[in-house]
Amino acid sequence: MQIHTRIVLGLVCMLVAVWLVAPTLVVIPMSFNENKSLAFPPVGFSWQWYENFLTNPEWSSSFFNSLKVASLVAVVATVLGTLAAFGLDRMRNVTTSGFLRMLLITPMVVPGVVLAIGIYAVYLDTRLVGTLTGFVLAHTILAIPFVLIAVSASLEVFDKRLETAAASCGAGRLTAFRTVTLPLILPGILSGLLFAFVTSFDEIIVALFISNPYLKTLPVQIFTSITRDADPTVAAVGTILFLATSFIIAGGLLLGNRQRKG
Amino acid sequence: MRHFPGNWIQAREIPLHIRDTHPCEVFGVSISQTGLASTAEAASEPAKPPPRRRLHLAGNALWLTVPALLLLLGVVGYPLLTIVLRSFSEPMWGLQNYVWFFGTPVNLVVLQRTFEVSAWVTLACVICAYPYAYMMTAVGPLLRMLLVLCVLVPFWVSGVVRTMAWVILLQDSGVINSALRWAGFGTVRLIRTQQGVVIGMTQVLLPFMILPLYSVMRGIDLRLVQAARSLGARPSRAFLQVYLPLSLPGVYAGAIIVFILALGFYITPALLGGPRSTMLSTLVQNQVLSLLNWGRGGAMGVVLLVATFILLALAAPLMRQRHRQGARR
Repeated sequence: MQIHTRIVLGLVCMLVAVWLVAPTLVVIPMSFNENKSLAFPPVGFSWQWYENFLTNPEWSSSFFNSLKVASLVAVVATVLGTLAAFGLDRMRNVTTSGFLRMLLITPMVVPGVVLAIGIYAVYLDTRLVGTLTGFVLAHTILAIPFVLIAVSASLEVFDKRLETAAASCGAGRLTAFRTVTLPLILPGILSGLLFAFVTSFDEIIVALFISNPYLKTLPVQIFTSITRDADPTVAAVGTILFLATSFIIAGGLLLGNRQRKG
Repeated sequence: MRHFPGNWIQAREIPLHIRDTHPCEVFGVSISQTGLASTAEAASEPAKPPPRRRLHLAGNALWLTVPALLLLLGVVGYPLLTIVLRSFSEPMWGLQNYVWFFGTPVNLVVLQRTFEVSAWVTLACVICAYPYAYMMTAVGPLLRMLLVLCVLVPFWVSGVVRTMAWVILLQDSGVINSALRWAGFGTVRLIRTQQGVVIGMTQVLLPFMILPLYSVMRGIDLRLVQAARSLGARPSRAFLQVYLPLSLPGVYAGAIIVFILALGFYITPALLGGPRSTMLSTLVQNQVLSLLNWGRGGAMGVVLLVATFILLALAAPLMRQRHRQGARR
């Protein structure tokens, strides 16, 4: 490649990279603003918005609600999604399995608002608005596609002859699954779990409709806070989430490296 | 893979971007590896187990999908059916809601705008993602990891928070406008305009374009470009005739994902847009939550839903064909 093409390409990439990262990073300085307004660049320095997040029950309760919902969703969606991925993988009829797979992935492509008003309508009738069950059910169906895709991807590269080998060594089907299949596709399942958690923790459109004053998730609280007043606590929450995710990912990276070496 | 082309393609249609963010990759395990990790492995995977064993397991197979399908039926199928029914039945049976929708100029303007904005966002995504994804395949492992990181960082902070950051950055007294004024361009109105919405949405959707594109580009044999060059093609021609066609499946896959997601976008247009940049989702929400008009809101939702599925149906064969061509080569 010619040198000037390379320079132009590099510059374009740098711009795109800045564009991708900037909105995430500006949140950090904004969270230390002294005045009660969201502004960049911020004025002065204070911890008060972090304090507010920790002490204001509106913020802390919505945070714990999100944590609760997302953890439940992660578990339920991972179990259901992994089962479905297995079923589809072992299905003899390729047309059927392809069709079912497509069906299970539809929640990803249905426009959020359309699904949200539908779920809202049904929840109003069944009194599920503002309930933990309601949230978990709705978020689980939104998270299953991610689990399905992650687990299917690892099943695709899994050599099924290993299961046959285990069976020929006298292992029952469950033992073969537990000792051979599961450890090999575990990375796929774990990534599905992570995606399911994040999907639920971040979901806002359906949550906006099915929240009520008694049960609100964090994104809903953030949204109402942004539209109601420019409270810098939002920036503090954003920073905390960003740091938490960074630590988790860094931990995973270290763990992955160690596993690869060992 | 050759034995089950249909299945393989279906598995790849939408998921491209997710397959790419497999944790091994997020955690940098396979980043340093070259080649199309999962697909290449799948391709070289030996034939599926003998038929008898499959038969043996087939009895259980459908079963395992039943719980997920039941949930799907209850939480997606039934609600969507309710909306479709209400669009025809409220306040009374008939087509009046659709007649109203297509007979009111404002709605048509918004519908057109929704498609327009989505098209702009898709175009902007392709233009930004193409060089970026190419760079990801061309640089060394360390720099590549940095580039991958930049794509994934936006996922770490919730979309609402990022949109909020855009509101602050784009406002008239924001950094971008200060920089523009300093550079002598004067104030450009960005917040509550269509341009602002496009800027914000493109940033949110860019990863969905970069990742599938990268996964396709990673599999392109660069020796083909070298061969073209050695046969006397100028770099631009080698790119246009060899590299570009080979990368098109990634462009199609990314573009269709971005376009469909953009059609249903709600949060970003709601926060960044003004009354003149309302998108269909906001109208739906307004009808249902503020005006409590389920019939009209439902009709709008159905229009959005049908538009999405028509697009998907149109795009699927296009992507499928390209995939086959890519696979054959």
